[in-house]
Amino acid sequence: MQKADDIKPCYPLFRQDEYKESLGNKKDNFEEGHDAAKVLETFKWTTTMEYRELNFKREALTVNPAKACQPLGAVLCALGFEKTLPYVHGSQGCVAYFRTYFNRHFREPISCVSDSMTEDAAVFGGQKNMIDGLENAIALYKPEMIAVSTTCMAEVIGDDLNAFILNTKKAGNIPDEFPVPFAHTPSFVGSHVTGWDGMFEGVMRCFTVNSMEGKVIGSNGKLNIVPGFETYLGNYRVIHRMLDEMGVAHTMLSDPTEVLDTPADGQFRMYAGGTTQAEVKDAPNAIDTLMLQPLQLDKTRKYVEGTWKHSAPKINIPMGLEWTDEFLMKVSELTGKPIPASLAKERGRFVDMMTDSHTWLHGKKISLYGDPDFVMGMTKFLTELGIEPLHVLCNNGSKKWTKAMQKMLDETPYGKNTQLFAGADLWHFRSLVLTEKPDFMIGNSYAKFIQRDTLALGKEFEVPLIRIGFPIFDRHHLHRSTTLGYEGAMQMLTTLTNAVLERLDEETRGMGTTDYNHDLVR
Amino acid sequence: MALRQCAIYGKGGIGKSTTTQNLVAALAESGKKVMIVGCDPKADSTRLILHAKAQNSVMELAAEAGSVEDLELEDVLSVGYGGIKCVESGGPEPGVGCAGRGVITAINFLEEEGAYDDALDFVFYDVLGDVVCGGFAMPIRENKAQEIYIVCSGEMMAMYAANNICKGIVKYANSGSVRLAGLICNSRQTDREDELIIALAEKLGSQMIHFIPRANAVQHAEIRRMTVIEFDPTHKQADEYRSLAKKIVDNKNFVIPTPITMDELEELLMEFGIMEVEDTTIIGKKASELAVA
Repeated sequence: MQKADDIKPCYPLFRQDEYKESLGNKKDNFEEGHDAAKVLETFKWTTTMEYRELNFKREALTVNPAKACQPLGAVLCALGFEKTLPYVHGSQGCVAYFRTYFNRHFREPISCVSDSMTEDAAVFGGQKNMIDGLENAIALYKPEMIAVSTTCMAEVIGDDLNAFILNTKKAGNIPDEFPVPFAHTPSFVGSHVTGWDGMFEGVMRCFTVNSMEGKVIGSNGKLNIVPGFETYLGNYRVIHRMLDEMGVAHTMLSDPTEVLDTPADGQFRMYAGGTTQAEVKDAPNAIDTLMLQPLQLDKTRKYVEGTWKHSAPKINIPMGLEWTDEFLMKVSELTGKPIPASLAKERGRFVDMMTDSHTWLHGKKISLYGDPDFVMGMTKFLTELGIEPLHVLCNNGSKKWTKAMQKMLDETPYGKNTQLFAGADLWHFRSLVLTEKPDFMIGNSYAKFIQRDTLALGKEFEVPLIRIGFPIFDRHHLHRSTTLGYEGAMQMLTTLTNAVLERLDEETRGMGTTDYNHDLVR
Repeated sequence: MALRQCAIYGKGGIGKSTTTQNLVAALAESGKKVMIVGCDPKADSTRLILHAKAQNSVMELAAEAGSVEDLELEDVLSVGYGGIKCVESGGPEPGVGCAGRGVITAINFLEEEGAYDDALDFVFYDVLGDVVCGGFAMPIRENKAQEIYIVCSGEMMAMYAANNICKGIVKYANSGSVRLAGLICNSRQTDREDELIIALAEKLGSQMIHFIPRANAVQHAEIRRMTVIEFDPTHKQADEYRSLAKKIVDNKNFVIPTPITMDELEELLMEFGIMEVEDTTIIGKKASELAVA
């Protein structure tokens, strides 16, 4: 029982005898489950190679897909523009999901509305919801832009956003000049990264497609940066910092760092920071446009090349040493600005860190999963450190992704045993790490359950999780860290090395058994 | 010449697919580069061009491959008579799933894969029956078909459907650039059919662009899975399709239609003697009651 002067949280409360007994009774008398021996036997079977082979023959079912749906990405993209309200045309529950998903990751309130389509809207179409919704959203929340995306419901019945928005304006419910960019974001295709791409293209189209006359490439002397679906706030900041140090004027197109990191000073900020409308309108005048996550920005590339006529040079995600070098050299080439001594020094410090830690990292095997560009950059980075990526899984990876990954892995000795899994899910990933043990895995919070399962098989089978990815719900403030640039590489190197040392300490803590190697100096 | 995108609508069974394919064959014969996009789960919009039973549809192939993302353009696009490019959106069996979504998926796929290349002069969407849901209106969304042709005949239900389709067009025309481009009368040999359709077209604010007489040659060709243009180019029915094609090439009459009420439609039918003047005294009376009276 809880005692008023000694309140315990659920753990360890439920470990008290009376709760153990009560829960045991419930299990024995009401749950009608299999006995413990049978459960254990089945669990053991799911960890075998036989099960893995069956698992990979699975056709009709996805178990924990390691991706989210398109409108989630559209909402993140919208949050990166100044005084912009993300608006999802469709059912209410979906939007509650987007808000909580971001709440739990960023630990910030997320302002995002839905026009709450219900049964009658499914029959008659959602135009009425849109007309009322846009009008109410402007009246209540005073945005200066509303970015509309859709849930599956609106997509299945074929609602036409363009027509609905124009009709809302024509009916006089919202002013003609009020910007309402939109993107159709059905979740039965693509993933959150596709949704980000679609919404981004929608915003650029809204502000520039009819005003290309008089635009001159290079006339504003700036560089456009397109981040793609990016949840590490440090990544926006590090790109700004590096470009500032180079003296390169630039526009981060979609920058949610302020609104997703507001101070607790007693004032609620529904909107904060973000790329301004003026900056978006001016974007075609830039020297060029660089996309930081090229594997997920197909629509954006088409638009930037087709309408803005930018060359949009193909670069890799600036993660790790070589690809950060490549990014900075490309910026230098495009702008004519040299790479300053400060960045050269930062690079030198990172290389120094690599040499300090390489003895601990060399030859370690790591399995990882996540979004296409992230796992690509991470795999590249791991091989730079002498780590051998064992399994790389990408649920929203395409054939193009597999090809690009294979090409990269073929160029390094550390990649010769790497196996690639596009389109596979976390239940596949579980089979992989249970049957072919890596030293660590890298992924989002969901893999903690895989770690639990590996431990259940025995301590020697445990695969510790290193949390880098999205979402991270069970650790605090990691979303503020950095994975891009030399700075990001330093942070990740620190995380990886200390995870290795932490694990070694854990294994060598055995008094009189393994503690001969429980060293003070590592 | 800039690409012109046209959608063909009309009551089910009125002869949309046959008319579209013969028309498109006539356009191709005159040297135009044309693509047909079948927007009907039956997938029978291209068989006369391809001499096939039914083309493999986008949705069918997507279901096979696992996802539409796994398809390539050449998987779904076939080339038939006169270099006409053919695509069928396809869709589910009757009674299950959502055919409208199939149309949306297929058209999005074609756009993303660059099927609408600069060399094309015309794209024709052959759309199932009535505008039944948002999916079947996909071809007339912004930046897609801007000209709509409605196939109809002098039968009451065909005219009723034509009027309904106009109501659908108005919804999209007010916010976009889609326009009614004319009625195509596919004759059922009803009385004063041409005059009737001309009168209906006038009330809708449009035109009867062409009157296609009924001819067995169309059926003879169809049994051989061919258009009349290909099967028997010298037949006078082929000239009818050629003249329809020419009128469409030269057409400049694009309007936002003015659909009429049910009462107005009935009046029109009465004027042409297709419907009797309503005798309100017989409504709700059983045969036995009428016999007594």
